[in-house]
Amino acid sequence: MAAWLGWQIESNWADPFVFAIYSLVKPLAGALILVFMYAVIAKDGLHSPLFPGVFVGNALFIYVPAVLAGISWTIIDDREHYGMLKYVYTAPVNVFAYLIGRGVAKAIVATVAVVIMLLLGTLALGVPVRLAGINWLFVAATLVLGSAMLSLFGILLGGVTMITARHNYGVGEAVAGGLYLLCGVVFPLDTLPAWLAATGRVIPISYWLEAFRRALLGHGTEAFASLSDGVLLAVIAGSTAVLAVLAVLGFRLAERRARAKGLLDMQTMY
Amino acid sequence: MMSDCYAIRTEDLRRVFRAKRREAKKQKREVVALDGVSFSVGSGELFGVLGPNGAGKTTTIKILATLLSPTAGRAWVAGIDVAKDPKRVRRHIGMVSGGETSGYGLLTIEENLWMFSQFYGLDTRVARARIKELLEVVGLADRSRTKIYHLSTGMRQKMNFVRGFLTEPEILFLDEPTLGLDVQTAHTLRGFVSNWLAEHRDRTILLTTHAMHEADELCGRVAIIDKGRILACDAPATLKRELQRDAIFRLRIADLADARGVVGTSPDVTQFTQTASEAGVDVDAILTHDGALTQLLASVEAAGGRLLSLEKREPTLEDVFLHIVGHGFEDEIREGGSA
Repeated sequence: MAAWLGWQIESNWADPFVFAIYSLVKPLAGALILVFMYAVIAKDGLHSPLFPGVFVGNALFIYVPAVLAGISWTIIDDREHYGMLKYVYTAPVNVFAYLIGRGVAKAIVATVAVVIMLLLGTLALGVPVRLAGINWLFVAATLVLGSAMLSLFGILLGGVTMITARHNYGVGEAVAGGLYLLCGVVFPLDTLPAWLAATGRVIPISYWLEAFRRALLGHGTEAFASLSDGVLLAVIAGSTAVLAVLAVLGFRLAERRARAKGLLDMQTMY
Repeated sequence: MMSDCYAIRTEDLRRVFRAKRREAKKQKREVVALDGVSFSVGSGELFGVLGPNGAGKTTTIKILATLLSPTAGRAWVAGIDVAKDPKRVRRHIGMVSGGETSGYGLLTIEENLWMFSQFYGLDTRVARARIKELLEVVGLADRSRTKIYHLSTGMRQKMNFVRGFLTEPEILFLDEPTLGLDVQTAHTLRGFVSNWLAEHRDRTILLTTHAMHEADELCGRVAIIDKGRILACDAPATLKRELQRDAIFRLRIADLADARGVVGTSPDVTQFTQTASEAGVDVDAILTHDGALTQLLASVEAAGGRLLSLEKREPTLEDVFLHIVGHGFEDEIREGGSA
């Protein structure tokens, strides 16, 4: 139900052509700009051995702002734009399921962008993704765990958004921007200053992107070379479980604070 | 402590809003919205909470609908503590707030309502039949496929009204449901509320309003609230009966510059309100006895006023409010009470 609503909201605001442009070209352009910058700056350009990893990382990272901002933005959208959060809250609906459902529409649009990006990389830029060599079971496990992980991040941010009165429209995108730097998307983790690299290593998204690199390219980055595929998946699963506890507790705490301060139906932006 | 025989019950409910430090420099640090509110509503009742803007009506509904925590005191809805178990409370309630433009603008009226029916687990066929029936009632049947962003504020309000009744909740909170609606629509909706409750005798409605006639027409009992305190709570007829020993007059006076000074200083006028009209000023005055009218009219004449009309009235809920609080609703609104 929430996913249907999310899709209506995502796709209904403009004609299909404009929607396609906005939904696909924007993330693609954003990712490709950095890929081409890398290609120009790196010594061997597109032939650099690091390039495929950077490309796949950029492609898969499209999911991160889409799902994080998609879920956390629902709080603002429903509370302050549509004025419906209070009615959702007074209904006997599971708020987590509702928020994740609203994020699904964003994830679907992001999936199309990711697939196009990977096709472009494979067909036009020489990124060595070989369908025959892909471990589909590993991809499926990574996708499932990744979906759960990003949804939980989104819920955690949704909690923050709920108790942030003003300027909260940027929370999801600002966090995604920070993660872009810290998760080894554009710079491999071992090239970052030690403290930034250490921060990147405690963020589960870094491991998730690494798993995708291994699944699609057959190899990952130096930073996680010591981890086997099984250990990598175990780390993602474990950190997702920890994140689940943090997200649920964090959101419930924010919800309680929002009820105490009367923020569930507050309007600050519109 | 709480028995299940009440649909709604509050006990010493208190809610204080605290301003942020930087805002506190410009305004009061604390605003007491509710100050020890206690009442109970039996199953099947249509209970009204009547008061001017800023009296605490909406705050009461927000607490009961689990949107706001009380600062102190307790409240139960369907026998469940709203602070301790809000999730369970939500299975029993519905809410409609008047005077707002909420709704998913990109969905049609029908889609909006159907989606909410699904949140409550209503069978789609039942939901569609009820949507059709209720849209007929509010006069939106021919707009069911119109997207919300094309609707006027009044139409959105009607849609929200339908949303509240669609799931036939056990306990329904109506917060100023006719606010901003035209007279005819408001009348239709009031009729619908009455009939709905007559057909669903196990349901309970808590209605907040500042429209006296609405409370008088609909409610079995009303609580009169002002500045966060309940000042009286009884059936409208009982409340009005207590005033029948007093003499209540409406005077229309022209050329009277200082009505407040003249009427307010008359010794036998216990309470009064004044409303500006095209002809001059309309004064509703409660006198200690009929004979005091002569003295009042003499004072008006001495101050240069011309009496245009005079009417002796039966007491209304507004008179009850005036009698209890010491000022009318309009005075309160003019003086800036609009929280």
